[in-house]
Amino acid sequence: MSLYAVQKFLYEINRSETLQAAYTADRHAVLEPYDLTDEEIDALVEPDIGLLFHIGVNGQILMHFAAFHQIEWQDYLQRMRDGIDEHGPVREGVYAMTIGLDERVAPVHERAEDREGR
Amino acid sequence: MPLVFAGVCSHAPGITGRSDQADPDVRDRFYAAFDRMRVDLTAARPDVVVIIAAEHFANFFMDNMPSFAIGMADHYDGPIEDPGWLGIERQRVPGNRELSQRFITQVMNGSDVSYAEEWKFDHGIMVPLHFLTPGYDVPVIPVNVNCQGPPLAPLQRAWTFGESIRAACDALPERIAVVGTGGISHWPATPDSGKINVEWDLDFMDRWCRNDRDALLDYDDLTVYADAGQGGFEIRTFITVAAAADGAKGTVHFCEPIPIFAVSCTIATYEI
Repeated sequence: MSLYAVQKFLYEINRSETLQAAYTADRHAVLEPYDLTDEEIDALVEPDIGLLFHIGVNGQILMHFAAFHQIEWQDYLQRMRDGIDEHGPVREGVYAMTIGLDERVAPVHERAEDREGR
Repeated sequence: MPLVFAGVCSHAPGITGRSDQADPDVRDRFYAAFDRMRVDLTAARPDVVVIIAAEHFANFFMDNMPSFAIGMADHYDGPIEDPGWLGIERQRVPGNRELSQRFITQVMNGSDVSYAEEWKFDHGIMVPLHFLTPGYDVPVIPVNVNCQGPPLAPLQRAWTFGESIRAACDALPERIAVVGTGGISHWPATPDSGKINVEWDLDFMDRWCRNDRDALLDYDDLTVYADAGQGGFEIRTFITVAAAADGAKGTVHFCEPIPIFAVSCTIATYEI
């Protein structure tokens, strides 16, 4: 039930600018109505993207939350890797990790001018 | 009025949000294919575009998750994502509540659906509209197939849903286009993002072009998850369009992997 509450909060903040503003003003206060553990509250306040991924937050919900926090794409991917490295495999759900921690499957295209500049 | 257009396209958020990180050659050829789809869609002169997407918890959650839902409003807003992150500014997209109601009433003759008078668009609809109706001047009827929160409707139910959509199109006087959006194999929004099973994708699109019902339904979620990732569940939207095309044969105009976009970027249409 607790993971459900984490995801419910994220679902609601992802689609509500009013809740986003309230979260920005007081992160702990907006979480009070939700049935969350201390670990989950800390992860949502930080935000600890790696821990949220590890506990099983659906990747689509988490991706939108990371975008709200202006977390750049490659940084977002790395934070999830770090979460798995620190806490272990995803606990539940279908959004898991199947590649190795150091594996990269979507490299940023290296522009010709960057190669020439080296 | 019979269906005037049927096609499918990718909707991954990286297509607009991370365009600067893709190989420009393959990216630009993909964008060109998207633009040709826009030209073909426009030439069909649709009164409304029924856009069959797999949304990502923008409107529906596990407290009340419909397998199939259809929008019924005069307008829709999106994207819900940060506009800078997605690369698409917030828009108000026109709908048609009265037409939606007539459409849904017809669909319900063959399939149970939820209707929604509120609907916020996420990348699953906004990315395709960005390319296909860039002026946001064609009314849309949004359709969602739950591809996110298992248990998911079996594939044969997606097929039946497509048949119900086609019957609704045939029963109404308006010129209706159907566009399905989604990925084929992909592992989105995880560190696996960019992993693509190209062989699996091409085989699926071959079945889609042949409009081979038995072959399209010859998957189960366990093997799809193993071979095509959790994103592979979105084949339900493509299968729905195949059924709506009612035996028409298809053409793949573009299907190449662009890892930074997380999918085999795909554009395909049926000969209606």
